[in-house]
Amino acid sequence: MVSPEILDKYDMTIGIECHVQLATTSKLFSGADNDANGKAPNDATSPIDFGLPGMLPVLNHEAIVLAVRAGKALNAGIAHVSRFDRKHYFYPDLPKGYQISQMYQPIILEGYVEAPLLDGTLVTVRVHHAHIEEDAGKLTHYSDFSLIDLNRAGTPLIEIVSEPDIHSAAAAKAYATELHRLMTFAGVTYGDLYHGNMRFDVNISVALKGATELGTRAEVKNLNSFRSVEKAAEYEFTRQIERLEKGEKIVQETRGWDDASGKTSSQRSKEDAQDYRYMPDADIPPVVLSDEDIAAMQAEVPLLPAYYRNNWKTLGLDRSVIEALLGNQSYAVLITEIQKSAGDDAARRVAHWFASSVTAGDEETATIASNFAPEGYSELADMVKKNELSSTAAKEIFIELLTSQASPRKIAEDKNLLQESDESAILAIVDEVLADPASAQSVADIKAGQDKAIGFLVGQVMKKSAGKANPGLAGQLIRKRLEE
Amino acid sequence: MSKISDFIGVSARKNVEEAIAKAHAHESFHALLSLTETRALERADAVDRGEITGSLAGVPFIAKDNFLTLGGTTTAASKILENFEAPLQATAIEKLEAEGAICIGKANLDAFAHGGSTENSAFGPTKNAVDQERVAGGSSGGSAVVVALGIVPFALGTDTGGSIRQPASFNGVVGMKPTYGTVSRYGVVAMASSTDTIGVLASNTDDAALVMGVMSGKDTKDMTTLPDFFTPTILEGKKKIGLIKEAMTDDVDPEVRRVTNEYIEKLRSAGHEVEEVSLSLLKYALAIYYIVVPAEISSNLGRYDGIRYGRRADASRLSELYGSSRDEGFMTENKRRIMIGSYVLSSGFFDAYYLQAQKVRTLLINEFNELFQSFDVLVAPVAPTPAFKLGENTNDPIKMYLADVMTVPASLAGLPAISVPAGKNEQGLPIGVQLIGKRRDDALLLALAKTIEENA
Repeated sequence: MVSPEILDKYDMTIGIECHVQLATTSKLFSGADNDANGKAPNDATSPIDFGLPGMLPVLNHEAIVLAVRAGKALNAGIAHVSRFDRKHYFYPDLPKGYQISQMYQPIILEGYVEAPLLDGTLVTVRVHHAHIEEDAGKLTHYSDFSLIDLNRAGTPLIEIVSEPDIHSAAAAKAYATELHRLMTFAGVTYGDLYHGNMRFDVNISVALKGATELGTRAEVKNLNSFRSVEKAAEYEFTRQIERLEKGEKIVQETRGWDDASGKTSSQRSKEDAQDYRYMPDADIPPVVLSDEDIAAMQAEVPLLPAYYRNNWKTLGLDRSVIEALLGNQSYAVLITEIQKSAGDDAARRVAHWFASSVTAGDEETATIASNFAPEGYSELADMVKKNELSSTAAKEIFIELLTSQASPRKIAEDKNLLQESDESAILAIVDEVLADPASAQSVADIKAGQDKAIGFLVGQVMKKSAGKANPGLAGQLIRKRLEE
Repeated sequence: MSKISDFIGVSARKNVEEAIAKAHAHESFHALLSLTETRALERADAVDRGEITGSLAGVPFIAKDNFLTLGGTTTAASKILENFEAPLQATAIEKLEAEGAICIGKANLDAFAHGGSTENSAFGPTKNAVDQERVAGGSSGGSAVVVALGIVPFALGTDTGGSIRQPASFNGVVGMKPTYGTVSRYGVVAMASSTDTIGVLASNTDDAALVMGVMSGKDTKDMTTLPDFFTPTILEGKKKIGLIKEAMTDDVDPEVRRVTNEYIEKLRSAGHEVEEVSLSLLKYALAIYYIVVPAEISSNLGRYDGIRYGRRADASRLSELYGSSRDEGFMTENKRRIMIGSYVLSSGFFDAYYLQAQKVRTLLINEFNELFQSFDVLVAPVAPTPAFKLGENTNDPIKMYLADVMTVPASLAGLPAISVPAGKNEQGLPIGVQLIGKRRDDALLLALAKTIEENA
């Protein structure tokens, strides 16, 4: 292992290429279904995806629209003229012997992403460009044969290529996370990481601090989670420094990531790199977009994370709460609607409920939430404000509300969760409790200045009220009686 | 030769049976690779029952075997597709069938349309319709010969650098290479995507125009197709015509020049004005063509890998499977073009070859455009010689490529060009003349040629 002192001598430099599957109905160049979920292998294919003789690509306009929207999320310009090129190599998952991509004139020009770190500082990562390309199929290897599934062949992707502006594993993770938010919020992708909707290739090099030249880079390919982006960067940082410290050289190569072991391993070196023999694809005319076309396509882009962060400043939320909410666009939209209709106070309460449900690792909440009507949540917040519910009861109703169309009051009534906030009713119970000999010790303690002892008495009041008394009010009334 | 009108309004079954009988009678020419008799007769009977109607109802035709058709194989005259049966048809075939035309079989070609003699067919060469010792020309050699022999009134071909025009000239038929984008390339085995065109070979210009009118038009399956502009027309007024002088040098067979000059005289006596013009970049056309086209070929042939369809060699490793399947499946000329294409696209050479060639191609297009400021139509021979002997050029690829010098310029510029019979040499070999027009002037070229055809 390398000591922290030695690690500290080095800087890391990272550039990330991110493949984003576009949420189009059909494939990039064919009418085949772009959603292969639940389909048998090769069921979501057409003769075009299959690379039959004489087949020609027909560019899916929806993919262009989504790419142009992605450009807005990336603060990037859009090319007025972009073109498609062919990238050649032989592999059984590549039916035509070439992948259609954009080598020379990509559709998305320079841009940038501002990704927040945990401490709230922003890492600015410039985007070199992003281009549209088609995905390849999938091979499954068996002992002495392999099977080909072309369902994914021809799925539209954009590849977002960053500048090497990232200098820590945490920043790499932050950039990947923010890209995911930007692409899902903009409606460009479904963003399902488990199914590979977004995949990251991390190029990383190390160099002594103050060095004027970057070190030789290794590329860790096909990372499909933010955590693995961070872990792979951390691992490579140490691995490369170890080698350098031993006087060895870093080989320019492609490396794979193994999630289980948390290690990268060499896949192929630069010497094995193929010559892709790029050439313009004469089957596809250039994509020509006027400023008006671009504006019309981008007008449909929903609000992006930066807007929410800015808009929620008045709510006084912790950064962790804000980022948790931004993990799901529906939450962000909902909180903003509540903020508009019911005010900051209600929005803050609901924000905390959502954030605690999500940050508690309760991923299920995110997937089961189906009720995104703001009225119920606003009403719930209002009931809490009016002391009609305990915080525990409120959380219970909130969880119910996520999937329910019932009003929170109805839920509270059904579950018998409404608090007793009627002073005279609670006072009667307080008197009963104080009269109880079992309370004498606590009363004495309080009078002796041990304020904590009030807890026992409040507890007794709650018990006698079957949990419905407002505990704050009960405490106030006990003090009032004892001071009398 | 036969005319389309001879086949209309008579028994479609009789048309098809007679065409098939003629095809059998002329087997020695090896113009056909397969007959789709069963499907053809079924369609003929449907026409006779009145179930299929249209402007070409009951008219038999033959398609070059690089058009995907139902009812048989589509081989592109290659081993790798020897047993390939297409699950769908080319748009051009579909459009003809929609008008009632009946495809009776598939014509021989140079494998994947690489060649100018049909000697590169994996299944043996096609013989010239006039002299069996000589080549049919190519790559649409089979299509030209079946028309010349009167087996069918028209046949479909593809023209990437002269593959319709040159065999038309060698066999004495009309051959039309339209403006790039006139006819959908969907369902036609691709050779070079930026110059591939779909056209027709027929016995006369009227029939060529009729078939072109049916096949042309925008196809949502081919993004490079143009909105339909092709309407058969008649010539109005006198035209200004330029004779490309660089195509009439001493390198060109004297008989070819004589026939071309005679054609020019006919144009003049019909009242048209003919002047010599210079297409100075003609000398670079072959160099451009044999960089750009092999580059596109190397790319378009990548899909023939033995994995999903077509010939698959016995192999124990993936690289061996690719190598052996392609080695067994492709002809020498296919491999030569893949090698040249891969070379000019390889990193470090791309700029010097491919990009440079594309730049000169743009200059050539500009030069054509300038000429068309002053001239309506350009004239040149189709090929430097009449049909050469079988085997004469097979060991000399450069000599074979040189035969394309007159036809590749229009291909590189995407211009319409036709080859029309203009005369014969002393041995009786047909010689065609080429008319090149502005983009979208396809119908005009046929109309102009028709006036001479009638005068002839």
